[in-house]
Formats: sequence, C-alpha cells, structure tokens
Amino acid sequence: MQAIQILIDGFAISSLYAIGAIGFTLMFGVSGVLNLSHGAIMVVSAVAAWAVAGALPVGPFGGALAGVVTGVVFAYATYLLVVRPIQTSRTIPGEEKEIFVLTGTLIWGIMLAEAVAYFFTNNPKTVLPLISGVVMIFGERTPSNKIMTAVIAWAVIGLLWLLVNRTKAGKTLMAAAINPRALTLLGYELSHIYLLVWGIYGVLVGLAGVLLGAFLGVSSDNVGTLTASAFSIVVLGGLGSVSGSLIAAYVVGYLETFTAYLIAPSIRTVPVLLLLVAVVYIRPQGLMGRR
Amino acid sequence: MRTSRLYPLLALILLCLALLPFGVGGYILGLLTVGYYYGVIAMAWDLLFGFAGEVNFGPSFLVGVGAYTAALLNHYQHWPIWACLIAGSLAAMVGGMVLAVPALKLKGPYFGLITLVAVLLLQNMLVLFSGVTGGEIGLDVPDVLTISDNGNYWYALGFMTISGAILFGLSRSPTGLILQASGQDAIEASALGFNVAKHKMVAFAVSAIFSGLAGAMLIFYLATVSVGTVVDLTIGAQVIIAAVMGGRRTILGAALGSVLLIIGNELLRPIGQLATFFVSATALVMILFFPGGFLGRLLRPEGRE
Repeated sequence: MQAIQILIDGFAISSLYAIGAIGFTLMFGVSGVLNLSHGAIMVVSAVAAWAVAGALPVGPFGGALAGVVTGVVFAYATYLLVVRPIQTSRTIPGEEKEIFVLTGTLIWGIMLAEAVAYFFTNNPKTVLPLISGVVMIFGERTPSNKIMTAVIAWAVIGLLWLLVNRTKAGKTLMAAAINPRALTLLGYELSHIYLLVWGIYGVLVGLAGVLLGAFLGVSSDNVGTLTASAFSIVVLGGLGSVSGSLIAAYVVGYLETFTAYLIAPSIRTVPVLLLLVAVVYIRPQGLMGRR
Repeated sequence: MRTSRLYPLLALILLCLALLPFGVGGYILGLLTVGYYYGVIAMAWDLLFGFAGEVNFGPSFLVGVGAYTAALLNHYQHWPIWACLIAGSLAAMVGGMVLAVPALKLKGPYFGLITLVAVLLLQNMLVLFSGVTGGEIGLDVPDVLTISDNGNYWYALGFMTISGAILFGLSRSPTGLILQASGQDAIEASALGFNVAKHKMVAFAVSAIFSGLAGAMLIFYLATVSVGTVVDLTIGAQVIIAAVMGGRRTILGAALGSVLLIIGNELLRPIGQLATFFVSATALVMILFFPGGFLGRLLRPEGRE
C-alpha cells in the first residue's frame, strides 16, 4: 500500500525537519540571528555520531549522544567566534550587522563543510539506526527506526514546550523574543539569555542532524540544501513563529514525500520551492508570522 | 584617496596587467582570465548590495541565466557569438526584473530567501531537463572567442576594464548617490522626492546585464557550460566573499577581491582540499576585523567608513 508508506515516511521526515526548523526559528525569534551555517552544523553532528559509533564501542545511542554534544559545541563556536564578534563590533555600522551575520555564518558554514570533506571525505555517511528491526503497520513493513525518529522528535518538541511555557528560564526566552529592551530594564542579562538559546539550538540542530543521518544519510555536499530547506520551512511558517514552523515542516515533509513517491524522486524539492515563492509573494509574513 | 590621484594609479595598474602576457605563461593567464570575469560579476553584485542595499544571495542565478541562454543558442541554433552574448545579457536582464519585483515588496531576509530559491529552482530545472541542457555533466559550446591564451586574457581584461568604468562611473554619478540613499533609508529618499522603485529597477537591470554578459563571455572562454561552473550556490558564495573582502560599496574592490580570491586559491593548491577552508577562514577574519575590506578606507565616497 503506497498510501500508508507515504503517510509513515512523510510523518517521520516531517518530524525530523520540524526540530531543525524550530531551532532555527527560535534562534531568530529570540536573538534576531539567521544562522546560515545551520546545515553545516547538522552535517558535523551527524558525521560525529557516525565516527564515534564506528570507532568506539559505545553503540548507536553513545554515538547519537556524541552527535548531539557536537551540535551544542559547534553552536557555541558559531556564536562565540562569528556572531558575537560581529554583534559587539564597533567598526561595523549597526544597520549592516544583519548582513554581516548572514555573510559570516555563510562563510563559517563553508569552512565546516570543507573541514568535514577533508577529514571524512564527502561520501554519504549513514548513522547507525538507534533501534533495528521492522514492525508491521497496516500490513506495511516499516523499519522501527522511522517510528523511533518520530517519537524522539515529538518527545523533544514536548520537552521544549514544557521548558518554554513552564520554567522561568523559558519564560525569559519568550520575553526576550517579544521585548528585549524591557527585559534588560528588569535587570536580566541579555547575553545569558543568548547563551541559553544557542545551547537549546545546539541540542535541536545536533539531534536533527543525527536523526537525518540515520534516516537518509548525510554528506558534506548537502550543507547548502539543508540550510535552504530549514530556511524555507521557517519562512513558510513565518519567521520567529514556532507553531508556524511546526505546521510548515509537515507541509514541506509531506509535499516532498508525495512528489518523491508519485512523480519522481529527482524533483522532490521543486514543488516546495514553487510553493515557497507563491507564499512569499502573496503572504510575505508566512502562515503564522507576526509581521 | 582623492579621485584625481586614483586615475593615474589605476591606469598604471591596467597597463602592467595588459603587458602581463609578455612576462608570464599561459597557465597564470588562464587563472587571471577567469578571475577577471568573476570580477565583473562581483562588481555587479556590489552595485546591487552596496548601493541599492539589496542582499542578493544568488548572483549565480543571473550569471547562470546569461550563460545558459548563450550556450543553448550557440549549441542548438548556431547563432554567432555576438548574438549569443546579446541574447544572454537580455535574458539575464529579464531574470533581474523577475527578482526586482519581489525585492521592491519584500525586505531583508525574505528577499534573500527568494534569491536563494531562484538559484535552487534554476539548478533543479537544468538538471531536470538534462536532455537539453546537459545537466550536471555540462554542455559543450562549439564556438570560442579565440584559442590564443593572450587573446582570451586581453578580452577578459578589456571587458573588466570597460564594465568597471561603467559601474564605477554609475556609482559616483547622481543616480548612484540616489541609489545609495534609497538603499540606506528608502522612506527618507522617497520623502525627498526621489523615485526609489525606478532607481532600484535600474540597479537590478544594470547588475543583471553585466552578470549575464560575464557569464556568457566566461562560457565562450571555457567552451563548456555546467551547473557546477556557473549556477551552483558555492559560486554565488565566492562572489559575495570576493566583494565583501575587497570592500563593499567601492565597486573596484569587488574586482580586486575576485582576483585575490583566485590567486589565494591557487597559492594554497599544494595543501589540496583544505585550500577553500583557509581562503574562507581568511575571508571570515577579514570581515570580522576589517569590515571595510581592502579598499574600504581608500575608495569609500567622502572617505566614510
């Protein structure tokens, strides 16, 4: 049954897109940074998970953990080496900081991709699936790992929701997204909030990379496409809107899966790009955007 | 630096470059030839970014449209080179207009995304219709400008000089100043009575014509056209790095940046794959510590940083 296959595959890939895109949009909402090295950090995390699981006897979960930790490390490296020096620079005029952050993270992403290609070649790497075996769903043989991917993604989204809505730190994050100036007047240190959001971002992007690596495999050649797809999902959903990104991730995931199954895998991204162009023309703020 | 002192210096540099074929071998000339074509693309990008304030992440969209139009007409219709070059520039101009419409409606990241999407769509289309376009492997172009290394070098240098003169002149003209004002504060510029939309359309058209023409000339030098050489996102990234390194809002800096980028890549060739890594790292350090670029202090109008 092709319909069930599409439903299952689309759900798994969409959940995976969702966590990466939520990280991207959270980062923009809270600190106003669009990180164009997003795809590169995903690939670095996936390759780290692959390398650790292959070299050390830690099993797939140890490898995945190493991948997520790598994601956090590189998220902080991006912030401390690239983004913060630009934000605090005195020689870059204020109105041009945004474009400098974009250019800086773009170059940083190229550096990461080149480093990965040099040390690990650009052959696609497939991360060990977290669990092996297949289960039957409505008569369809489905690898358990696909279900695991969706479960993990949703568990993380749930945890993030709890963090943002039920903890003090999370509420400060939302406050920073709405009115950073008022927050500083209340005595909060914005730089601490930025450190927190980059940490959360690192976990999300690292996990997205590892899961993608186990699902489809990744290579340093995918860096540009991965960044573009996260960017597309986020714009489709509305920059800075977490729920919008979640919905958009499912639209994109299912549209790609439909195209791949029913038309041809080689054009799987084309309908998404066309949809994106249409949305940006007709409704530039995206599905759930605030502005 | 005052413009009056700049011109003799520029003339001297151009003279030295024009005499270069008598001193160095064909290999170096070949590198510089490609560097000069990319120099034109980077200058055209700087007109759009530095002056009109439009962040175009896909300079390779305009280059690719120009290059592929010329290549397809030459390959299938056997049009003469001059006709292909004109057709390529016109097609790129149409592409520029297609980008200009959303640019006038959207701002910042949204427009950046559209340009990114434009490149990805073009790339997908070329691969999808690979029966006609040659896809990732590429399409051979039957005609070449000339087979002589020196001839090709002089064509490229002449093309860069003329384009540079036109673009630099435009940037220093009243139109350029209005463009700069529209880029920095569109509302105030229109309040002063300037037609922001019209000026930005002109910037898009000019930038697109030069990008497309450079792409078309490049393929008549390379005698082949492929997605990897004129459309890929990394090509666009190289153009942006070159323009920012050379000094944004200076036009001439973009050409300098492109040539230096090509030379840098070549000098680092012995370390193999890591060359791009070190070139990018240099560019990153450069924009973090000297955001004005090489020519920022020298050439910025009124000497402002």
